[in-house]
Amino acid sequence: MDSNVAVEAVDLVKRFGDNAAVDGVSFAVPAGTVLGMLGPNGAGKTTTVRMLTTLSRPTSGTGMVAGYDIIRQPEMVRRSMGLTGQAATVDELLTARENLRMVGGLSGMPRATIRPAADDLLERFLLTDAADRIVKTYSGGMRRRLDLAVSLIAAPPVLFLDEPTTGLDPRSRNDLWDVLRGLVREGTTLLLTTQYLEEADQLADDIVVIDKGHVIAHGTPTDLKSQAGRASVVLTVTHSCDLRRAEELMRRCVEEVHLEVGARRLTAQASGLADMSRIGEVFAASGIAVDDLGLQRPSLDDVFLHLTGHRAEDEPDSTSDVQLEGALG
Amino acid sequence: MSAVPAHPPVLTPPSLLRASAIVVRRNLIHIKRMPELLLDVTIQPVMFVLLFAYVFGSSISVPGTNYREFLVPGIMAQTIVFSSFVVALGLTSDLDKGIVDRFKSLPIPRSTILVGRSISSLIHSSIGVSVMAVTGLLIGWRVRDGVWHAVGAFVLLLVFGFAMIWVGIWVGSIMRSVESVNGFMFTVMFPLTFVANTFAPTASMPSWLRTIAEWNPISSLTQSLRELWGNGPQAGSTAAWPLQHAEVTTVVWALLVTAVFAPLALAAFRRRSRD
Repeated sequence: MDSNVAVEAVDLVKRFGDNAAVDGVSFAVPAGTVLGMLGPNGAGKTTTVRMLTTLSRPTSGTGMVAGYDIIRQPEMVRRSMGLTGQAATVDELLTARENLRMVGGLSGMPRATIRPAADDLLERFLLTDAADRIVKTYSGGMRRRLDLAVSLIAAPPVLFLDEPTTGLDPRSRNDLWDVLRGLVREGTTLLLTTQYLEEADQLADDIVVIDKGHVIAHGTPTDLKSQAGRASVVLTVTHSCDLRRAEELMRRCVEEVHLEVGARRLTAQASGLADMSRIGEVFAASGIAVDDLGLQRPSLDDVFLHLTGHRAEDEPDSTSDVQLEGALG
Repeated sequence: MSAVPAHPPVLTPPSLLRASAIVVRRNLIHIKRMPELLLDVTIQPVMFVLLFAYVFGSSISVPGTNYREFLVPGIMAQTIVFSSFVVALGLTSDLDKGIVDRFKSLPIPRSTILVGRSISSLIHSSIGVSVMAVTGLLIGWRVRDGVWHAVGAFVLLLVFGFAMIWVGIWVGSIMRSVESVNGFMFTVMFPLTFVANTFAPTASMPSWLRTIAEWNPISSLTQSLRELWGNGPQAGSTAAWPLQHAEVTTVVWALLVTAVFAPLALAAFRRRSRD
């Protein structure tokens, strides 16, 4: 194994009874890079992280963290990594400073170095003013920042983040992303799980897409996007009563047409600008009022849909769309 | 598959002693921040003492002593039995909130969580015992059999509390929420502390109930406390064997409870925190 690999999963399997939550997951994360593990709820992301961080023993397979075997050297693994779990696992009844001091002490830091390290982290995570307040009074975003700060107190070279921004408002999410980018600049290796395609796109050097316990795709965000295939043309009609006629017209130009009734929108597979200009001409001649016509490159959302046949986040809207599509088509 | 670690860890993990001290400190801060956590060992037993002493006291007669003196050792025993409750609540809440996961991801000895929880629970219960002692003194309870016997009684309380902690770890590990711990403990522990000589002499119970009560480990503990503090007569010749040899039986019960529940508790905790 390459010593530049900071985290490696080797055919990890975890069964709970008959059910395999993780069923043969393998990947490697080069030191100093970010791996985004992308998948819907229940895909096996958290279980994979729990095995790599020694919280859960794999049914079979193994892994390495910072050069140590997760099964044979769990103690060394624990000394080399930080973990920010899915639920913010900071102590609600302690202050931020007390949380940092506690975890610093339990990591084996000498008392004299804990205080400056804690002060530094509090400042970096914009928690200095709230440092001596009980965590119970914190907002969700502050809690997440503290959780991350606590995981960093002993300056671990590898950091695991299980859905670090779930439940955060967009602004707190952006703030946290900035902090994570800063860590990577300083050389920390990150493995983060997320349900947000945008998050993986923003932060990760490499992405592992995981669904039902299997890795179904692995590559850079750009690789994965090109796998999802061609761009699509998106057309929004002004009046929803025109939708059906618009769909007919669209089918004359291109093969695959996807209809979103609520948004008065048609999405069609297109090979490029040629298709788009043809569609433009057809609609100009038809007299259907069109609000917007544009070319859309595939996003990671499309990648996910393409790979799994379902969306990453369970949106009730998308199911009703499918039903309506069936009814209309 | 062997690699040279790029960043060998520089920090030495804490010893069990230091790690446990940190966890105990954290648990004690909890008590400081939420003093209502202490209600179960302070206001509640004090209320019990007052209710029993003044409401039932006049209708329960205890040969050889007055009811209030008879009552205080019973309440003390109940308080220490409830330390299992304290452990279970604390453990379930830590498991539930993911704090146990946080601890487990740190390079600390695996036993730190349980050792820390046990020590802080014993401190918690000792606060209760102290409050009870003061309350007892105020209503007329006295230590009448010398300092060493009195100290012996407190040591027995702690030994028994240690055994009860394993019960608490077991319950805390198999229960999924703080509410279910409450439910379980109230339905099991409450009757257990009542079907005993804690609040009323066993001599006047129906014979089948009397047998159960006198073989109840809590009765041995209570009887030992009464004898060592000089708060009641020796068990009569009609009493069951355990009450006639109360101190020895108490120690044996404590060992037995530990022998049965320690392995159960460790297995349950390991199972609960492994996956």
